[in-house]
Amino acid sequence: MTDLPYNPSRGQSQMTKMVLRIVLYVLLGLFALFYLMPLFVMLTTSLKSLDEIRTGDLVSLPREVTFDAWRTAWSTACTGIQCEGVRPYFLNSLLIAIPAVMISTLMGALNGYVVAQWRFKGANIFFALMLFGCFIPFQVVLLPMARMLGIMGVAGTIPGLIFVHVIYGLGFTTLFFRNYYVSIPSELTKAAKVDGAGFFRIFWSIFLPLSLPIIVVTVIWQFTQIWNDFLFGVSFSQAGTQPVTVALNNIVNSTTGVKEYNVDMAAAIIAALPTLFVYVVAGKYFIRGLTAGSVKG
Amino acid sequence: MAPILEVKNLFKNYGSTEVLKDINVSIDEGDFLVLVGPSGCGKSTLLNCIAGLEPITGGDLFIGGQNMTNVSPKDRDIAMVFQSYALYPTMTVAKNITFGMKVRGIDQATQDAKLNQVATQLQIEPLLHRKPGQLSGGQRQRVAMGRALVRDPKLFLFDEPLSNLDAKLRVEMRTEIKALHQRLGASMVYVTHDQIEAMTLATKIVVMKGGIIQQIGTPAEIYNRPANLFVADFMGSPAMNLIPARTRMNGKGMLVEIDRKDGDPIVLTDTRNKDLPENVILGVRPEDIADAALGRAGETQEADCVIDIVEPAGADTFAVMQLGGKHVTARLHAETSASAGQSQRLTFDLGKVSYFEPETGLRLN
Repeated sequence: MTDLPYNPSRGQSQMTKMVLRIVLYVLLGLFALFYLMPLFVMLTTSLKSLDEIRTGDLVSLPREVTFDAWRTAWSTACTGIQCEGVRPYFLNSLLIAIPAVMISTLMGALNGYVVAQWRFKGANIFFALMLFGCFIPFQVVLLPMARMLGIMGVAGTIPGLIFVHVIYGLGFTTLFFRNYYVSIPSELTKAAKVDGAGFFRIFWSIFLPLSLPIIVVTVIWQFTQIWNDFLFGVSFSQAGTQPVTVALNNIVNSTTGVKEYNVDMAAAIIAALPTLFVYVVAGKYFIRGLTAGSVKG
Repeated sequence: MAPILEVKNLFKNYGSTEVLKDINVSIDEGDFLVLVGPSGCGKSTLLNCIAGLEPITGGDLFIGGQNMTNVSPKDRDIAMVFQSYALYPTMTVAKNITFGMKVRGIDQATQDAKLNQVATQLQIEPLLHRKPGQLSGGQRQRVAMGRALVRDPKLFLFDEPLSNLDAKLRVEMRTEIKALHQRLGASMVYVTHDQIEAMTLATKIVVMKGGIIQQIGTPAEIYNRPANLFVADFMGSPAMNLIPARTRMNGKGMLVEIDRKDGDPIVLTDTRNKDLPENVILGVRPEDIADAALGRAGETQEADCVIDIVEPAGADTFAVMQLGGKHVTARLHAETSASAGQSQRLTFDLGKVSYFEPETGLRLN
């Protein structure tokens, strides 16, 4: 009787391991290249002049780097009759996304806190309905929402769009926070109640400080959703309140004469930058937050 | 003086399930009440009802003479220690302890003074700036106690506070809680499933089962005169021997007959009790069956029994035999000559026996 592990051919298995590892990395590298290719083409194209695009190769590096296309895309490209670039629309998107993300995250946190820690009669049904809200396709709510916005007198305005995004995001944010808070022992709430704290005090002093990982997840999720939204943006806006996604579409689709690929590419990258930025800054919390339920505080 | 806690006809239902049925308990100032019972008996629910964390379905609850039935937990003048300690994970130990005072708007100077006093008392000064995650189980336990102590309430509530600790620490903390109770003279309600904790800590024990109070009494009453078979079996380790027996009267007193596996029944004479039904369950504590050879004071009678198993436990040796069709444990002297398979002369002390009705399980004497 020995306690050595059963291992008949150690050398061979280590060899196999290394080969497998190499194959794995090569495959991963190929996938990464495949995914990065479009970004590479976009970047290089946006830095080329129109002449070079016409004469050159799609995947070649720019012979002469020029930021003209970026300047045009930012401030002078035409989106229909106006020619102010994406700048005003970029601002609109910020004005929509930032309050909508903040409000929907805060309300989701409160909802999740109630559903997880202050069980009331019908809490399960309430949560199930909330969850159901996540699965309703955008198209289904378009007409009723348009009517609602009309009645509320905010049709075509930025507050109207914020409202739409908050409502549509609540299902997800509630789900995130509920699942996070449900793993926090209810004795914590009980102890705080005996200590004299009320509903909001417990939320503010005990639950919110615990919530950083899930707040990050929710903010990334909501920001990406709202920033990238096109359908609500195009349906519930009017000239002057359109988000950047709609402006991008207009720039690409409403050019007359020569198609300025470099400007289109630059505009697309500008439109995608904020979400990229959020991922880079908060990405590591994102992974941590998604797995946080399993870790004890 | 009014009792510090009085529970009157308390009922608690979850939907159609009755969790607590007609609970009546009261304790005086300085009492240490222990609620004990197997899991699911409703003892923690009762504690939560006393704390106001669970609404009650029927009945009344008084703390310090005031009706608190519909008062919120924060206004009941209670403090509670939880099984999981429930320390606020993002706050330091000091903040954990002062959170209640901060919520109640007590000035900083008082907060600091009380914090220092409690920290000294529990010897946790070096921990004050740590977070709960950096503490060991025993340290968390102390902080949880500190959070309760600092409030100086009318009533302390403990919900199985020691069950997450390892065995050695549990015994240490048990002694410490007892010392604390003696020093403060505070009124406490303590929930546990551990009957030894109940016996050692309590001035008054409530034994519960299935949401019904089985018996209320001092530890000695509960141990020596259990009200029914459940209490007899639950309290004490090893458990009380519950042996089916027959009784009949003769000139000298009441004869109690117990079947032996092989041979004649044992016949014992009980001079203190009389006129019991023919079939009874005889309850004898293991320590009331002893080695005849080693002698024993009191009113004892001897009989030979075949020992099946001998379990030395250091201070005592437990001998297991078969009487009346049941395993019966005797607590023998450590130096007993008993050995497995051999017959041993044992003495039975009938001075403290209990008799139970086999059907209802109720105490007869």
